[in-house]
Amino acid sequence: MPKDSGIGASSKRREDVRFLTGNGNYTDDINIYGQTHVYFLRSDVAHGRIKNIDTSAAEAMPGVVRIFTGADFEGIGSIPCGWQITDRHGQPMQEPAHPVLAIGKVRHVGDPIAAVVAESLAEARDAAEALNVDIEELPAVVDMKAAVKDGATKVHDDLTSNLCYDWGFVEDNKGAVDEAIKSAAHVTTLELVNNRLVANPMEPRVAVGDYNRSNDEHTLYTTSQNPHVIRLLMGAFVLGIPEHKLRVVAPDVGGGFGTKIFHYAEEAFCTFAAKAVNRPVKWTASRSEAFMSDAHGRDHVTKIELALDADNNFTAVRTETYANMGAYLSTFAPSVPTWLHGTLMAGNYKTPLVYVNVKAVFTNTVPVDAYRGAGRPEATYQLERVIDKAARELGVDPIKLRRQNFITEFPYATPVAVEYDTGDYPATMDKLEEIADLSGFEARRKASEAKGKLRGLGVNCYIEACGIAPSNLVGQLGARAGLYDAATVRVNATGSISVMVGAHSHGQGHETAFPQVVAEMLGIDESMIDIVHGDSSKIPFGMGTYGSRSIAVCGSAMVRATEKIINKAKKIASHLLEASEADIELKNGQFTVAGTDKSVAWGDVTLAAYVPHNYPLEDIEPGLEETAFYDPSNFTYPSGAYACEVEVDPDTGKVTIERFSAADDFGNVINPMIVTGQVHGGIGQGIGQALLENCSYDENGQLLSASYMDYAMPRASDVPFFTVDHSCQTPCTHNPLGVKGCGEAGAIGSPPAVVNAVVDALQSGGHKNVTHIDMPCSPSRVWAAMNG
Amino acid sequence: MNLSDSKLIAADRETVWQALLSSDVLKECVPGCQEMSGSPQDGFEATVVQKVGPVKATFKGSVTVSDIVEGTSLTLTGEGKGGAAGFAKGGANVSLSEEEGGTRLSYDVEAKVGGKLAQLGSRIIDGFAKKMADQFFETFREVVEGPAEDTEDTSSDAAPKKKGWLRKLVSNE
Repeated sequence: MPKDSGIGASSKRREDVRFLTGNGNYTDDINIYGQTHVYFLRSDVAHGRIKNIDTSAAEAMPGVVRIFTGADFEGIGSIPCGWQITDRHGQPMQEPAHPVLAIGKVRHVGDPIAAVVAESLAEARDAAEALNVDIEELPAVVDMKAAVKDGATKVHDDLTSNLCYDWGFVEDNKGAVDEAIKSAAHVTTLELVNNRLVANPMEPRVAVGDYNRSNDEHTLYTTSQNPHVIRLLMGAFVLGIPEHKLRVVAPDVGGGFGTKIFHYAEEAFCTFAAKAVNRPVKWTASRSEAFMSDAHGRDHVTKIELALDADNNFTAVRTETYANMGAYLSTFAPSVPTWLHGTLMAGNYKTPLVYVNVKAVFTNTVPVDAYRGAGRPEATYQLERVIDKAARELGVDPIKLRRQNFITEFPYATPVAVEYDTGDYPATMDKLEEIADLSGFEARRKASEAKGKLRGLGVNCYIEACGIAPSNLVGQLGARAGLYDAATVRVNATGSISVMVGAHSHGQGHETAFPQVVAEMLGIDESMIDIVHGDSSKIPFGMGTYGSRSIAVCGSAMVRATEKIINKAKKIASHLLEASEADIELKNGQFTVAGTDKSVAWGDVTLAAYVPHNYPLEDIEPGLEETAFYDPSNFTYPSGAYACEVEVDPDTGKVTIERFSAADDFGNVINPMIVTGQVHGGIGQGIGQALLENCSYDENGQLLSASYMDYAMPRASDVPFFTVDHSCQTPCTHNPLGVKGCGEAGAIGSPPAVVNAVVDALQSGGHKNVTHIDMPCSPSRVWAAMNG
Repeated sequence: MNLSDSKLIAADRETVWQALLSSDVLKECVPGCQEMSGSPQDGFEATVVQKVGPVKATFKGSVTVSDIVEGTSLTLTGEGKGGAAGFAKGGANVSLSEEEGGTRLSYDVEAKVGGKLAQLGSRIIDGFAKKMADQFFETFREVVEGPAEDTEDTSSDAAPKKKGWLRKLVSNE
């Protein structure tokens, strides 16, 4: 029978009450007395030299408080990058400066040139129109392969070229991989594009800077997934504000999907300007602004080769990828096409040899960084597409080919430097075949054909590395900080609990799921426990939420802190019960002396911890509050198998998703309902990438898809009812909850399933020459593929 | 985007050539033009109000005339800045040749947009540019030829402006 509380219960999301009744407290809801508004004048050319900025007319406009340009930020730090990649030749990546406001040059459409602070947003906008900016337009570099050719225009004049790094992984394997491909019985080659995406969280980015001159304290309210990371990056590297004078608050945040991980120039601007004008400064992005200033995602161009022996065993994988960095290095950008991508290229398969080459390239486009899945969707897509193509070339069943090559023994050390702790890939595939009713597919295909439609089935597997990340390992990989997390469990005198967590919740349901864990451990009601998150002044430390890490890393810290609470509470209980500490048992919120009926309740112990009349002060310190830090010893490796069935209209090329099934192994699950919701959302975004979304630039670097008229977001009618199962559970072996993380899986696993299905549908319609269609599989692309 | 087309104008080549170099003619012919001043030597300054899809803006810009082969061909290059709406740039290579019934005016037009115009209007920009070019050269043809009825009607004090400037142009010669 399903549990109704604690670990494994589908407790209703308590935060939804305020979200659904309009009572959320988002950053834009924060208004401070005396507040000013800032409007950023952004470049409308992709590349240009700033010859002059004349602010005089704008300064005379009504309501203007002050106008800032790049000159105001000379000597202020550059927006930092958090990860350094070492290239194939042992050299560090090229790392350009990233000023808060453009200095000397503008490098992408949307690059901020000047900032007008005024009494109202309307006045700031009007004054920005009066700014007289003289920019000499320069040729723009947009295409990655053209950008790295000799003689290409340079995005950054002080770098030697537009190549950020040329990374090889594992470089020592290169010779053996080349040899294996040369001598293979069969090699399947596929060239593909992983399309550029814009995350488009429902809430655009907002920042409010405040400065208290009486105590020299700065406060930044911001739409962030990780306020402590922003405090560290902005305080230490950009503005030089010590952490005890800088508070960063990320209140309710309306979706992040990765794009709110990074430290952005607007955050530094509002913090800086609040002191400069001695008034609060607020910025709220418009949707148009979000399209040209939020970090974009994906944008890889890849060639992958899969080598097989005569028995269809995978013998080697070799890839060459161009990865777009955009005009500047966003916070985690260099890590996405490398360590979050190359390390996953073994997939679920025992391919003995893998070599991944990635060339990261600067272009005159918006910076590109992590977006839901970050590197792992790119790895999964190319691997699962090439396997599908290989199966077709060899005339074998694509599921059978995968099963034959599955890793089946754990722990398994891949040839790309990671060790999978657990997994059961045949079990998730079995589950998928069952829930997707694959045996009924041929009948459904016939029914579709009877309606004049082509029906296709696409199946794929995925593996991802979550629980980011083991700090020692990521340090070796170039991360400039460890990625552990922290939690403080504060038990109040009457027994209620506040848990201060470093993870930030912006849609994931932490406020419900985290208390379920503590409630389970203590045997008390979930409603007695709240988490506190998103405020650097209330929480000891935390690296935030990304990489499906919250419950695996921060949740583990919370477990460790709760264990300390239990240990101390047992000491107090043993005093109250006049029994030996070793004999005290905690069950259902009662401390009992083992083998007796003597017990005290949770609330008696907590009260005794704070306001006792009789307390062994020499043995136990009063109070009941514990903090723990947690550093995972390995990544976690969620995995699964997905199936998609599409119908294609042969007259129009329109693709309709008819069925979508997901069998995931997330290890132990805290709240199945929330996990299901996470998978739904992830698949929705994956379908968006596969069929609809595409961020497009013209050859001059003009952003062409910067509104919902041109950028097609998935809508309810674009997705089917999903069949989701996470009953296959191989618990993680190295964290206390046995959890793996579920936030990104849907977005990682679904794009190849959709494209495999589209190709299968076209093949079934006799279009035997169609072996690949690049995403998004829009009607025009599918129609063009069918009509040669 | 690029487009090419031609129009047969019922006027001699010299008349068409002079019209091409007249700021008054250009003002008349540029769709949405509010003001136009200058000369072929120094370039023209123009103010144009246009609506491209969802974006309506006043563009202030300049037009330069280059590659002049007297009486035969020239290049018009223009750039307009529309403030928050972004910018538009364009060029037209225009050449004239004599043909039975008048002068053949051939043009190759290239247009580019940037900023908000590109972000919100890129879907429709090709059609928009084609429409602008068609309107420009069609109006140009009408202006040079003069409306058919005007040639009959010489008494009217409500004589169309188009005819007025053409006469002026001719009389200036």
